[in-house]
This record gives sequence, C-alpha cells and structure tokens, in this order.
Amino acid sequence: MSTHSATHDAGKYYVPHSSPWPIFGAVTLFVLMLGVCSYLNHWVGGWAFIPGATMLAVLFFGWFSTVIKENEQGLYGLDVDRSFRMGMMWFIISEIFFFAAFFGALFYARQLSVPWLGGEGVKVFNKLLLWQDYSAAWPTNGPDAVGGHEDGTFGTIPAFGLPAINTALLLASGVTITIAHHALRAGNRMVLNIFLALTFILGFIFVGFQAEEYIHAWTELGLRLSTGIYGSTFFMLTGFHGLHVTIGAIMLLVIWLRCLKGHFTPERHFGFEAVAWYWHFVDVVWLILFVFVYWI
Amino acid sequence: MANTAYAGTHAHQDHAPRGIWRWLTTTNHKDIGTLYLVFSGIMFFVGGAMAMLIRAELFQPGLQFLDPAFFNSMTTVHALVMVFGAVMPAFVGLANWMIPMQLGAPDMALPRMNNFSFWILPFAFSLLILTLFLPGGAPAGGWTLYPPLVLQGGESLPLAIFAIHLLGASSIMGAINVIVTIMNMRAPGLTLLRMPIFAWTWLITAYLLIAVMPVLAGAVTMLLTDHFFGTSFFSAAGGGDPVLFQHLFWFFGHPEVYIMILPAFGVVSEIIPAFSRKPLFGYESMVYATASIGFLSFIVWAHHMFTVGMPLAGQMFFMLTTMLIAVPTGVKVFNWATTLWKGSITFETPMLFALAFLFLFTIGGFSGLMLAIVPADFQYHDTYFVVAHFHYVLVPGAVFALMGGTYYWLPKWSGHMYNERLAKVHFWLSAIFVNVLFFPQHFVGLAGMPRRIPDYATQFADWNMISSIGGFGFGASQLLFFYIVWRTVRGGEKAPQKAWEGARGLEWEVPSPAPHHTWDSPPSVAAIERNAMH
Repeated sequence: MSTHSATHDAGKYYVPHSSPWPIFGAVTLFVLMLGVCSYLNHWVGGWAFIPGATMLAVLFFGWFSTVIKENEQGLYGLDVDRSFRMGMMWFIISEIFFFAAFFGALFYARQLSVPWLGGEGVKVFNKLLLWQDYSAAWPTNGPDAVGGHEDGTFGTIPAFGLPAINTALLLASGVTITIAHHALRAGNRMVLNIFLALTFILGFIFVGFQAEEYIHAWTELGLRLSTGIYGSTFFMLTGFHGLHVTIGAIMLLVIWLRCLKGHFTPERHFGFEAVAWYWHFVDVVWLILFVFVYWI
Repeated sequence: MANTAYAGTHAHQDHAPRGIWRWLTTTNHKDIGTLYLVFSGIMFFVGGAMAMLIRAELFQPGLQFLDPAFFNSMTTVHALVMVFGAVMPAFVGLANWMIPMQLGAPDMALPRMNNFSFWILPFAFSLLILTLFLPGGAPAGGWTLYPPLVLQGGESLPLAIFAIHLLGASSIMGAINVIVTIMNMRAPGLTLLRMPIFAWTWLITAYLLIAVMPVLAGAVTMLLTDHFFGTSFFSAAGGGDPVLFQHLFWFFGHPEVYIMILPAFGVVSEIIPAFSRKPLFGYESMVYATASIGFLSFIVWAHHMFTVGMPLAGQMFFMLTTMLIAVPTGVKVFNWATTLWKGSITFETPMLFALAFLFLFTIGGFSGLMLAIVPADFQYHDTYFVVAHFHYVLVPGAVFALMGGTYYWLPKWSGHMYNERLAKVHFWLSAIFVNVLFFPQHFVGLAGMPRRIPDYATQFADWNMISSIGGFGFGASQLLFFYIVWRTVRGGEKAPQKAWEGARGLEWEVPSPAPHHTWDSPPSVAAIERNAMH
C-alpha cells in the first residue's frame, strides 16, 4: 500500500510518544511573564527575572538536546527534515512581520504623524491651535521636545561612523557563514570550523559596538528611549535587532560546538541551515535599519 | 483496508503515560484536539458568564448590579476571552482532530510544538483572569486596547499585554503546525485541489495568523514601553500618534475576524454537501474565494476607524476595498445555495446549524456592508449597530459553525451518536434566542445607543430588555449543548464508521471512535478518490 510512496513511507515519520518539555515550556513562560509583570508593577525587585530566565535556559538546553539526540540516533527521516525546514521558514516570516510593525511605526511617524503635527494639509489646526512654534522635521522628539538634553535638544548617530562599520561586519559575517556552509557540504571540516567561528565572533563584535553606541547616545547625545518618537523608534528597532543578533550569535556558537563534536553531514545539516537562514534574516533587517534609521 | 492499517498501532499505546501525565505530555493530535476543545468550552462559559452580567446590567436603564468600571472590565475581558480563549482555540481543536485524519497523515507535523501551543493557553488566561483581582481591576479600555485610555488603567496592563504575547506565540506555533502538516504530510495522491475544503480554509487562516499575530505583539509591546519606559509611540507631544496604535491594531484585527470565520466557512462547506448528498458546488471557486478573502483582509483595516480623522483618499480606498470583500463572500454564499439546489436534503442537527449559519451570517455580512459606507459609518460608529453586526458574524456565524461541526464529527470522536431529538431542541432554542438577543441591537444602535456603556437613555429600554431576555435564553440553551456532548461522550448508540451517508472525507474511512493512531500507513489512492470533494 505504501510502497509507491517515497516521501511518505509508513512508520518513517517520527512522532515522539510523549514529552515533558512542552508543559515545562508553558510553565516557564508563565513564570517568566509573571516575573516581568511583578517587576514592572513594583511588587518585587529585579530578582523577579531570575526564576523564569533560569527555567528558560533549562528549557532550551533540555528540549534541544532531546531533539539533537533523536537526530543523532537517526530517528528523523527526510520527511521530518522537511517539516523542520518549513517550520523554521514560517517562523522567520512571522519575525519579519514583527519587525514590520516597528518599521511601520517609523514610516507612519516620518510620513504622516510628524508632518500633521507641523500642520500639514487639513491638519493646519494643529499649528493654529496646539503648537504654533513646532515645525515638522526629522529627527524630532515632538512638539513638546520630550526627553533629550535639558534644553530639549538631542544628537543622533551619524550613519557613516560606527553603523557603517557594523554594516561591514554583518555583511562579512554573511560571507563567512556561506563559506562555512560550502565547506560543510564539501566535507572540509577544518574550514567549516574556522569560518563558523569567524561568523559568531563578527556577530559578538557587532553587539559590542552597538553597546558602545548606546552608551554614547545615552550619556552624551541625550538620545534615550524617552527622547520622543525618534528615540522610541531608534531604540526599539535597533534594540530588537540587537537582541536578535545576540540570539543568532548564541545559536551560531551552539552550532559551532556541535560541529566540533562532529555533528552534521554534507547531506543532512538542518540545524546549521536553520541558523544560517536566521543569520541572513538579521543581516537583511540590519540593512533596512541602516538605510531608514541611520542614513536617510 | 482501513482496519489493516491499525494492526501495528497498539504497541504505541501501551507505553503511553496514563492519567493527568498523559494529557500534560501528549504529542497525539487527537489528545491535543480534545484539550483545545475542552479548554474552549470552559472559556465559552467564562466569557458567557461575563456576557450574562453585561445583559443583566443592561436589562433596565440605570445602574443595577455593576460598578461602571467593572462593567467596562466585563466588556473588555468578555471579548478577549471569547476571541482568544473560545473561538480561536475551538477551531484549532477542530484542525488538530480533523486535518491529519482528512489528509491521511499519522499526526501533525510538529507534535511536541503542538502540545506547547496548547499548554500556553491556560497559563496565558491565568494571567488575564488574574487581573480581575488586582487593584484597579481588569483592563477596562475595551478589547481593542486603545491608548491613551488603556494606559490609564491599574496594575493589570502588563499582565494583559503579556497574556496577549503568550496567546500570539501559541497561535503562531499552531499556524506553523497547520501549514507544515498540510504542505508536508498529505498522503501520496492527495493533491492540494483534492484536499477537503476544511483543510483549505485552515491553510489560508494559518497564513493570516503568521502575518498578523506578530504585528499585534509589536503594537502591545509599544503600549508597554509607552507606559513603563517613556517611549512616545502613541503620544502626540513626543511626535507619536494614538491613531498609530489603531492602525497597527486593526492591521491585526481585521485579518483576525477572518481567522475566526474562514475555518467556519470550511466546516459549513463540509456539512452542506454531506446532508444535500451532492458534491460541494464550485469547489475550486471556494478555494479561490477563500484565498481572495485572505488577501483582501490585509487592505481593509482602516474601515474600523473611519471617524478618527483620516485623509479622504484613505476613507475612499478602505471603503471600496471593504465592499470588494462582498464579491468572494458572495461566491461562497451562492455556492452553498447551489450545493443545496436539487439535493436530497435531510435536516439533521449539523445541517440545521449550517443552514442557520447561511442565513444569519449573511445578515451579519449585509450589516457589514452598511458599515463599510463611510458617510453611513459616521452615524453607526461605536453604536450598538456595530455590536449587533459583529455578534451576528461571530455567534450565529463562527459559533454556530463550531456547534454544527461538533455534532457532525462527534460520532467520529466519541464513537457514539448524539441524541438527535435533544440536539434539535438545542438548535431551535439557540437559533431563536440568538435572534432575540442580537436583532434588537440593530434597532437601538440605529437609534443612537452607544456601545460599552452600563446605562442608557430610557427610549432604548424596551429593546434592551428583550435583548437581555434573548441573552439569558441563549446562555441557558448552551447548558443543554454541553449536557448533550457530555452524554454522547459517556455512551449512547454506537456510531458507524461513516456516520453520515452523504459525508465525504478520509476521516470516514477510519473506525468510530477514531483509534489513538490513524493512518500509520497512508490511505490508498482509491480511498482518496472516493472521498475527494469533487
């Protein structure tokens, strides 16, 4: 009955019988979220993050090592491999839409709400009745000059300084991971290990430079999360991107450790590819960020 | 042939955990489907109890039972519970139970993640329900969470926001699972255009979920940072705009209403052919209509905010795209009607619910068209007319499809036939009371009664009392539903493998009740062809 099927052979599709990780994961998220809420509502201090974060680390370590073990035992057929690929692809697409919300906020502010606050078109009453002195411009911290220095001004990060170097770093890391991928497929483990290491090192250097840029902006430029709409969009976009780079670099590190242990074959290496896709995704987000947040 | 497929499956069941641990750790799509459906049933009661409180307060003008702030919390939490806790999980439950069986697949593609998506739900709702007991009470700014009002609440804000984050994560994982199952797990020979229409509608729904849940997550994250970290996304003083939130919310919110109705279309498209004993008329046009509705749902969102002061060109664009939705929806309604044409129709309970859906959902569709007209919407906006409109598409729309689907597939799930006479009583009580409940709301709305208010002018008193009577009747009728389902699960007349003679779909090729594991070997091409919808 199933002999005519190469892709859907009976018994090949591995369905785990039961697993403690999903319910542990749900409890973890609950503890984590309750901790964050308790902190934000001043019910407890900063330690509120610790239980959830610890459980999260255990969750990732436990769940992924179960999957890796099953994979190394050869339980996964090509069908399961394809499910994982599709799953990762759609996860990345959902991430794109998450960033789209923040880019949408940026474009809305720059193209619509800020000009309207300056009295553009039918919104002339904003100018006449609310903020006579405000002229729409970008960057801005709004008609009330929210945040920034004491006089309401603030500075911005020029695109062709540290951000341009960061762009080069991320583009270079995109090249190194591709070289590593080719080496993996060619069976050249030495080149694989070296270039994968280079990739996450470039990633961590990027994160370090971003941190330095933040400190500079926060302490000297008067550019903070609270610096009006510019500070809001600047820090939320670069912040979520930086968080993704950090996660991606940790994923690269894990994949590198697995490579050192001899995991992955030239034909089957979903874990590697998933991380590579994720890395290219954060790379592309950065390019859009560089153009629309820093440059124009 | 179906029975031979199960010879080897009992070994699987032997080492499955038992008791509560089985349900906590399961990876079986039928177990998880049951969990989703039971959870959704509980949430129907929680959300329903809040609706009863709302209708009790509105029974007469004046303030009777509820503090106004608590009334506002009730409308807010009722909506959040019904949308995210009752309707969406119920459809995910149906997807879990039916899609692998309909596709000849052994399980969902990513079984552990499947269980993860479910178990997030009870914890997310614990956070949300917890807000009822906090100083300042539950969120009271409406389920749309508009700033600045929502930012002025008490300590409930972060809990509500993180509940929404968790629900979003659960939905995205569920949607990924559905897409991957459909794309990767179909039996050989089961091409996309041979797939049952229910699976098709869920596929489109899953695309919508993946696109919009992250946008909602982003929007509520901005609320959180505006409140706690001094950002100015929704503050004009800092250069932001409260209307930005409305755009982001409704970019999620409009596809969201199709997320709740497209699987309902799928269920109705399974039931009507089965009891008309005809193939579904225009199967392919149904698929294309569903896809068109999915696409259009992304370019109509601002019709929820016509009165907020947007450029005329924006109003025109969103009015016209909104009206365009009537075209694919009309394709569907006419296809259902044409499926009935010259069919050998019988009126078992699933069919009654599907037919009621056809009429009553269409009423909701028409009032939607009225609301799409910009100058008319200026009059209707934020009145009870809007409440009547979306309850018509959600209650005799989505919820009737869910109840019809439950009666339709319950023999497959439980192995027993439900009590047809009691079920018909349940149907007629529901169908009558739902109209008594919601139809008068059109009248008070057109006459100018605003929504989300615990007191009202005396000229609205008569219709509100009638609406409340309908509400209590509808609520009480649903106790009968749960009694019927409970009794069917416990026992009753044995259901045959194919519970309905006109039914199609691979789920009717496996025994009733469906064994724990189905389709460990894929179905034959003959079985697939026998069960194709066209």
